[in-house]
Amino acid sequence: MRTIRAAAASAVTLSLVLTAAACGGGSSADGSGSGGGKTLTYWASNQGASLEVDKKVLQPELDRFEKETGIKVKLEVIPWSDLLNRILTAATSGQGPDVLNIGNTWSASLQSTGALLPWDAKNFEAIGGKDRFVDSALGSTGATGQDPAAVPLYSMAYALYYNKKMFKDAGIAKPPATWDELIADGKKLSKDGRSAIGVEGGSLANNIHQVFVMGKQHGADFFTPDGKADFTSDGAVAAVKQYVDLMAAHKIVAPGNAEYAQNQSLADFAKDRTAMVLWQTPGTTFQAQGMNPDAWGVAPAPVPSGAPGQGRQINSMVAGINLAVFKNTGNKDGALKFVKFMTGDQEQKTLNSAYGSIPPVKAAQQDPAFDTPTVTVLKQTLATSAAALPQVPEESQFETVVGTAVKELFADAAAGRPVTTESVRAKLDKAQQQMPKK
Amino acid sequence: MTTTAIEKPHGRTGQRHTPGAAPRRRRPGRLRARGLPYLLLLPALLLELLVHLLPMLIGIVMSFKELTQFFIRDWTAAPWTGLGNYAVSVDFDAPVGEALLKSFLTTCLFTVCSVGLCWLLGASAAVFMQETFRGRGFLRALFLVPYALPVYAAVITWAFMFQRDNGLVNHVLHDQLGIGDSPAFWLIGDNAFVTLLVVSVWKGWPFAFLVLMAGLQNVPREIYEAAALDGAGMWKQIRHITLPSLQPVNQVLVLMLFLWTFNDFNTPFVLFGKAAPEAADLISLHIYQSSFQTWNFGTGSAMSVLLLLFLLVVTGAYLLLTTRGRRTGDAS
Repeated sequence: MRTIRAAAASAVTLSLVLTAAACGGGSSADGSGSGGGKTLTYWASNQGASLEVDKKVLQPELDRFEKETGIKVKLEVIPWSDLLNRILTAATSGQGPDVLNIGNTWSASLQSTGALLPWDAKNFEAIGGKDRFVDSALGSTGATGQDPAAVPLYSMAYALYYNKKMFKDAGIAKPPATWDELIADGKKLSKDGRSAIGVEGGSLANNIHQVFVMGKQHGADFFTPDGKADFTSDGAVAAVKQYVDLMAAHKIVAPGNAEYAQNQSLADFAKDRTAMVLWQTPGTTFQAQGMNPDAWGVAPAPVPSGAPGQGRQINSMVAGINLAVFKNTGNKDGALKFVKFMTGDQEQKTLNSAYGSIPPVKAAQQDPAFDTPTVTVLKQTLATSAAALPQVPEESQFETVVGTAVKELFADAAAGRPVTTESVRAKLDKAQQQMPKK
Repeated sequence: MTTTAIEKPHGRTGQRHTPGAAPRRRRPGRLRARGLPYLLLLPALLLELLVHLLPMLIGIVMSFKELTQFFIRDWTAAPWTGLGNYAVSVDFDAPVGEALLKSFLTTCLFTVCSVGLCWLLGASAAVFMQETFRGRGFLRALFLVPYALPVYAAVITWAFMFQRDNGLVNHVLHDQLGIGDSPAFWLIGDNAFVTLLVVSVWKGWPFAFLVLMAGLQNVPREIYEAAALDGAGMWKQIRHITLPSLQPVNQVLVLMLFLWTFNDFNTPFVLFGKAAPEAADLISLHIYQSSFQTWNFGTGSAMSVLLLLFLLVVTGAYLLLTTRGRRTGDAS
């Protein structure tokens, strides 16, 4: 009997402890995450060739920050496939990191959840002022007319990366500047089991980046000025069709690219299987795959006229990563200090050099380290011919539904089914109807 | 015939009650002893409430709210929409409802095919494994490997094998056997349904095998011997002895396979990512996409509640029908 009583007592104790632990789990996580102590939790996005590379790049800098301020930063590098879900979960539960990286295109969507600290004049002052940052980068930090939801950390732009030897072998003297040239060159390059250009047909985000730019070239935005979804305009349909036609009509993209979603197109390029990719700062990935930096060249992405500029000559989105502070942080001062550190001139030079991106901080951008031919092309693109994705709360839904539509169209093209203006319009119409009603 | 197999579970349930029954005999004045079973159940009950029922209730409440991105930080601020989310989900003429219905029908077809194949493979293997032969133990272990592997690791391997350009499946089918003019796509387009089915059956049949094999252990060999003496061949034996004896086991097995397959999220998610091809758009992934990808958790919850109701009705009807069948069987 005694043993039974002991067993019962321990069962009850155990249940109480477990329940308490389950309930208390939140508060203790909160304590470590955003408690008032001398620690900060930082969620970094995956910028290098792998999560390990990112840890190696960031950890020494975080150690330096700890030495300067006494604040320890706990780093977690989160792959892109999980990052948005993790942020959503954090926003829902109110328990998340203190400081986090976000894709700059999500700024307005995440801003609307109210989970991020708004960057008003006072907060900007704490990190040295708003005018330290480049204007184009600030244009992708939240809806217009509201305080930004984040500050720019790394800037990137799309450009055309081409394989010098394959171009030379095909007798092509210079990289294409217009889409017509790209298609003509593409036909010369697609032979012997190789194809001209790689696409990431299964990647929703990449599909969006590409068709957004092509939309600009057709005079189409995917949202009306008052923020309503407008996916079926003639320009939008033409843009999506033009992109998918690289595979469907011109056959300069290998059909297998339709299922690519894990940067296989970069691996193909690094292994001389394709001659071109349109991408943002893939240099470190190419090198990690064993490609010699001399083997590839960089040129501005094609535009209708051949001369990138504003309006219909836009050839890139304003790509980049922003740094945000979680509103629920218990250590706002520490978080602001950390943002100030990460956007400081010295850190900007170090980190952007490591990742092959461009500092969105004016002073750091002047550094000679960012005068290489590659970075010059990107800097030029960002300064003169890049546009920010729509800064509307529904941006992230737009990425999902239109990105899926493009993915399905690539699947049609790969299976040999015709891709027509009607079929494109039907897919975009379906996508538009899935958007939240306004 | 059925009674032999049925008596077993009865026996087992009887045994399970024994520890609880023992203190009951010494009941007089022993309130503490009487409460003991409840005390012992308490940890499980509390955790069950916490882990299962509470989230379910919250989900039901959410389904009556317009819980979009603007309110996820403070759920209480989200406006009530009454049955609005349900109306959107079951309006089959509008795109959201139409897509949900399509996904539901795909899931039904997928479940029927997958459960049927799992059962057929499991039953065949279990019957053949009844005979003693060299290497039986090894084969048994081998058959259980898919069940023992972690789902993610196994399905990712399948995803690699089904890649069009570098996958093993196309290498064998196209490069070596020369089937088809060009390598087929397995992870996008209509073939995705076949892909999903193959992986699901591969993953699910060992469980059917395991359960049916255990069920077969309970059928006395003498019955087979008697039947053989009466001149019954293998098929007759299977039809008149094996299958009826397995009926109670099958009842539970089919229900479990049905629920697992119908609700399967991991397999399509790991195979196809966030946007599954239409041919393989299973309902759990569809609901995930409706809530997480479009940030509309109210509609997602409403769809989940509808799914829950459907599964409850199916399970209830199934249990009612099969147990009634069994009772009539017992009576005869």
